[in-house]
Amino acid sequence: MEKNISFKLKVWRQAGPKEKGQFVTYDVNDIPTDTSFLEMLDIVNEQLIEKGEEPIVFDHDCREGICGMCSLYVNGHPHGPATGATTCQLYMRRFHDGETITVEPWRSAAFPVIKDLMVNRNAFDQIQQAGGYVSFNTGGAQDANAIPISKVAADEAMDSASCIGCGACVAACKNGSAMLFVSAKVSQFALLPQGRAEAKKRVKAMLSKMDELGFGNCTNTGACAAECPKNIKLSNISRLNREFVCAKCSD
Amino acid sequence: MEETIIKTAQPVIDSKIPEGPIAEKWTNYKAHQKLVNPANKRRLDIIVVGTGLAGASAAATLGEMGFNVLNFCIQDSPRRAHSIAAQGGINAAKNYQNDGDSVYRLFYDTVKGGDYRAREANVYRLAEVSNNIIDQCVAQGVPFAREYGGLLANRSFGGAQVSRTFYAKGQTGQQLLLGAYSSLNRQIHAGKVKSYNRYEMHDVVIVDGRARGIIAKNLVTGKLERFAAHAVVIATGGYGNTYFLSTNAMGCNCSAAMACYRKGAMFANPAYVQIHPTCIPVHGDKQSKLTLMSESLRNDGRIWVPKDIEDAKRLQAGEIKGSDIPEEKRDYYLERRYPAFGNLVPRDVASRAAKERCDKGFGVNNTGLAVFLDFSEAINRLGIDVIRQRYGNLFDMYEEITDVNPGELANEINGEKYYNPMMIFPAIHYTMGGIWVDYELQTSVKGLFAIGECNFSDHGANRLGASALMQGLADGYFVLPYTIQNYLSDQITVPHFSTDLPEFDEAEKRVQANLDNLMSIGGKRSVDSIHKELGHIMWEYVGMGRTKEGLETALAKLKELRHEFETNLFIPGTQEGMNVELDKAFRLRDFITMGELIAHDALNRNESCGGHFREEYQTEEGEAKRDDDNYFYVACWKYNGDDETAPTLIKEPLHYEAIKVQTRNYKN
Repeated sequence: MEKNISFKLKVWRQAGPKEKGQFVTYDVNDIPTDTSFLEMLDIVNEQLIEKGEEPIVFDHDCREGICGMCSLYVNGHPHGPATGATTCQLYMRRFHDGETITVEPWRSAAFPVIKDLMVNRNAFDQIQQAGGYVSFNTGGAQDANAIPISKVAADEAMDSASCIGCGACVAACKNGSAMLFVSAKVSQFALLPQGRAEAKKRVKAMLSKMDELGFGNCTNTGACAAECPKNIKLSNISRLNREFVCAKCSD
Repeated sequence: MEETIIKTAQPVIDSKIPEGPIAEKWTNYKAHQKLVNPANKRRLDIIVVGTGLAGASAAATLGEMGFNVLNFCIQDSPRRAHSIAAQGGINAAKNYQNDGDSVYRLFYDTVKGGDYRAREANVYRLAEVSNNIIDQCVAQGVPFAREYGGLLANRSFGGAQVSRTFYAKGQTGQQLLLGAYSSLNRQIHAGKVKSYNRYEMHDVVIVDGRARGIIAKNLVTGKLERFAAHAVVIATGGYGNTYFLSTNAMGCNCSAAMACYRKGAMFANPAYVQIHPTCIPVHGDKQSKLTLMSESLRNDGRIWVPKDIEDAKRLQAGEIKGSDIPEEKRDYYLERRYPAFGNLVPRDVASRAAKERCDKGFGVNNTGLAVFLDFSEAINRLGIDVIRQRYGNLFDMYEEITDVNPGELANEINGEKYYNPMMIFPAIHYTMGGIWVDYELQTSVKGLFAIGECNFSDHGANRLGASALMQGLADGYFVLPYTIQNYLSDQITVPHFSTDLPEFDEAEKRVQANLDNLMSIGGKRSVDSIHKELGHIMWEYVGMGRTKEGLETALAKLKELRHEFETNLFIPGTQEGMNVELDKAFRLRDFITMGELIAHDALNRNESCGGHFREEYQTEEGEAKRDDDNYFYVACWKYNGDDETAPTLIKEPLHYEAIKVQTRNYKN
């Protein structure tokens, strides 16, 4: 049931990409537990504005866990303590009266801070641009039912395609690797007949772009999948490796 | 005599509807339109603002064709656009289920669902290209749901008696947008599209009467930048956030559309706002947005309130739960009032019926503003596994927000199992009105096009479920890339534009003055506090039930609110670098103008139709009462200034050739 809690909020504040950042602690009082985490930040920001201070900048948009815009490292976990949920789907009933809640931006060489908790994830777009597509021009497609696809393959492709590109996997990884993100897209297309024609080219192009952009390597710790808000499975990375080895062998 | 008539008549609006019978219009258009040859496409630049389904698909397709495209979005990546949040599905007239569907039936259902206020020719074209969309998306690798035999699966949506909705779990918008985003990425990689993320359009630049560029703010550096092109396409979504609380994303705004409106593009049917019946009810005054529960839930969920007012009172007091009320004491009011369509009536009808019950005191939560959506019957019939497979992610989403799991067994009465019902209530979701466009999707400003939710053309007074995705992709993949060539064909000798033209200087100066003004107000109130007040006014007086008196009150209150905004707003920080509050203030000024526009239109339209319900105009049974004799037209509004001057109304009369206009009937 609804009640109110009070706590200390320890937030990373950084004025700009080149400025030095620091933690600032705020006392936050009487937050109803049916408030979402981001609504709690809204409340804190309203109070800061009332005092004439600049609000805490953070990325957010749909607030229903699908756009992938929200980020935040809350108490040592990307998207906070809940599993299978984004920060915007996190509610204050997960926190306790009197505790200290620590909020940081994604920490990764490939995601530089823009301001406070907001980071630049343009590197993810660049990886997708390198090969995350089926080369097919608009118009001239055959009937959608011309190629039957087994329900099993379609469902599995859908699970991989559920990645929201938030970057939690990179933030969770001690190596700052983007393997889970890359493997989700590679898997989606590898599982579908439409994606097979370019499978080899795709996996090589996306991986080489990933390396080029400063993401680390995968050492199979599995932190990415454990923290993924969309439960993207580690088996996608196995598939990616298989696809990559096959592609390299046929060079 | 004849001369007098012409002089006093309204300016004639040319909607450029092609000749011929309805089923041949689009084919005829394509056969006779002008094209641009490949060598000339390379010389032409097109600005596309927005990267949702319409914007991304248009930018990608125009790039594939060989045009140079500049594509803008306010988010950190094109993939974040709010189309991504669409849950339920996309309609197409494939008739894969062999249940009697056809292009004509999809066309007919859409026109009827829109309460006979859409433009016939546009809707027919939409139904016609719907099948191409599904083919296109499958070819891109969109993982639609499939049957065990490997063929595509379908489900039903409101306002239809066939199963024509294609879906990808409860994440159809996401998958379609990622499909369009992947095509866009391919063009970015090929160098045909240049992508500008975290850029916000502030104004459209008009040179010699034609749209030739935009002024955009780089949201990271805070600097204004100029971009020139041969044509400008806006695909910037709807204006639902005028109401503060809506199912729209936090960043959704109407500023790009308002910039076009101020520069002479007419705004059509602003009063047609869709209120979606199945959203999670408001829980407190700190709430930032409302969460939609997909309409697909109405395939198996049954909507009810208690029969007895005493039960409702006990629910409101928290003494009992929904699962304590046995079957015979439940009022499945949609099934009772609309036997033919039951829980699958269109959204406007379902929303009003919920409001009617709650107004009579039958609401089921502590605020009295909620009804139940119940899966007990479906779970008992099909088993929890089947239901979880269909709606598991929606149940989880509901549980995370409310702490109640709708799939959980809650009670057993006389051997009958009762599961926790969801609580739902209507919320602002989609806007049918938008920038006026002709058949070519060109606005009343030459060279300025509007596609997707931000135009007005296809949904009339009410949009059917799973039709927004269809329209966004139809416009972006299959309509605009053709029709824009008809405009560009005589522009091939026009060289690339310089952004040093005086028109760009002038536009940038005005945009800068607006920002300086916002920063200099130096009052006491935050942007959100004023936006919330706007939302309250809009929901109270311009919401689900509107009256002449209420709308006049709204206009008076909006005037006061504008004054408050202009004299008492406070924005911390400076214009250097990122200033989120300044960006929000810029949008809020336009939301206030938008609010006034909605109220003006609603006041003018003395009838009830679709999403626009005027309480003075209803039948004895409480159904919407249209006035086809006087209001069978598109209301187009022309801007006359922000303050005292009301906008001018210009009418585009509707002509129906293929469909007989009649009263909507979902009862039998």
